[in-house]
Amino acid sequence: MSVTTLKETALTPKHIALGAKMASFAGYNMPISYKGIKDEHACVRTNVGVFDVSHMGEFIVKGKNAAALIQQVTSNNVNKLNIGDAQYSCLPNHDGGIVDDLLVYRLAEDNCAEGEQAFMLVVNASNIEKDWNWIKQHNEAYDATMINISDQTGLLAIQGPNTTAVLQSLTDVDLAGLKYYTFTKGTFAGIENVLISATGYTGSGGFELYVDNTKLAQLWDAIFEAGKSADIQPIGLGARDTLRLEMGYCLYGNDINDTTSPIEAGLGWITKTKKGDFNSCEIFKAQRAEGITKKLVAFKLDGRRVPRHGYTIEDTNGNVIGKVTSGTQSPSLDIPIGLGYVNKLFSSENTVLMIVFGKKKLAAKVVKLPFYKV
Amino acid sequence: MEFPAGLKYTKEHEWLKIDGNTAYIGITDFAQSELGELVYIEVETVGETLEKEAVFGTVEAVKTTSELFMPVSGKILEFNPELNEAEGDNPAIINEDPYDKGWIVKIELTNLEELNDLMDAEAYTKLVS
Repeated sequence: MSVTTLKETALTPKHIALGAKMASFAGYNMPISYKGIKDEHACVRTNVGVFDVSHMGEFIVKGKNAAALIQQVTSNNVNKLNIGDAQYSCLPNHDGGIVDDLLVYRLAEDNCAEGEQAFMLVVNASNIEKDWNWIKQHNEAYDATMINISDQTGLLAIQGPNTTAVLQSLTDVDLAGLKYYTFTKGTFAGIENVLISATGYTGSGGFELYVDNTKLAQLWDAIFEAGKSADIQPIGLGARDTLRLEMGYCLYGNDINDTTSPIEAGLGWITKTKKGDFNSCEIFKAQRAEGITKKLVAFKLDGRRVPRHGYTIEDTNGNVIGKVTSGTQSPSLDIPIGLGYVNKLFSSENTVLMIVFGKKKLAAKVVKLPFYKV
Repeated sequence: MEFPAGLKYTKEHEWLKIDGNTAYIGITDFAQSELGELVYIEVETVGETLEKEAVFGTVEAVKTTSELFMPVSGKILEFNPELNEAEGDNPAIINEDPYDKGWIVKIELTNLEELNDLMDAEAYTKLVS
């Protein structure tokens, strides 16, 4: 019999000591909730909360052909990035599907030789090995230097409207001056070389801090000390999911996967088919020109039942037209919400969909994203 | 976590409080804690007589959905008005008080022999620990 040992982040003992409900996520023992998903969700929407997301993967890609490699394997246009910019993108496979979604950071070139560039790719924990192998395989033609720093890199997301006020005392970096999807490196809570990124997965603003794992606990403690009077709270992956879903952000494995195209998923804005060749570029061009048959839509339920991943979607005549990919009770709106792929003919706003809950069907209405305006 | 003596338990994490030929059914402290915050309880089987293991309702938590199974055969007499959407509409009461105010349905037992298949508090405690 094989025994699977769960990986831990440097903060796992702290989460357990805080009484978090823990669960296995992408092979890591992660906090799902502390006080409760609703409380934690509200804390991020109205105040400030801290997520340990150190399970995420980080790759450094550098060298003369680093940009060309990333341009080949990602859908967004990496040539648009200046040093200090971050970009949401995806790794298309060769069949028009998605290997993973990711963030691309263009790093400073202080550790590079003349003519070289450096990037950090941040990928989903569940896909670290798959993504590494995928990019590595394409790198044969580019010979960029690839370093997997996932195991030594800790990551905290501090999110919510009061984030800047709480964090500013810990750093000389002007946090309010850091624009959305930009980053800088600086000293934070006395720790040198922290990558401070104005990004997040909640829609409520804030920062993500990348730090060497050996300093992660120190950073966590300093943030909680600084946020004490503001009543800063730890937030689990449960609220991370409800927060992202209220914004309509895709979750890999639920809303996007190896068989869904970014055009179908509403990620056309990160699919730059005019940038030059990249994986599946021709397929996406054709989908743009000829149209797609299914589309990811957002919907609200009239009833009280909560749609879940995998539930069938029908039209009002009982024909199967799609499937739910994500669903939850929206803590901010107190109604059931969901995302799902449907036949494109049923994707326009206000179209009535029927969600199948076992023997029962409940009406839902297609709505525009985000569900919740922050 | 508390599992009161005097109640009967199932491996589906439900409890029964037996009173003559009727019983109250709810979910255990372990179940509510695993499900997290409950947002809706649906029971549309009042008046129906159901076999053991039949689905009599559904609980919706923020993160997950779970069906409710009959621990024994019986007729559904009442759905806790405190949970019912049309009345109290307060499913969170199960999180706060799973064994008393958080009862879900009251049933009339139709096969008393089935009670022998249920666990006592000691056996259930072992199951979840």
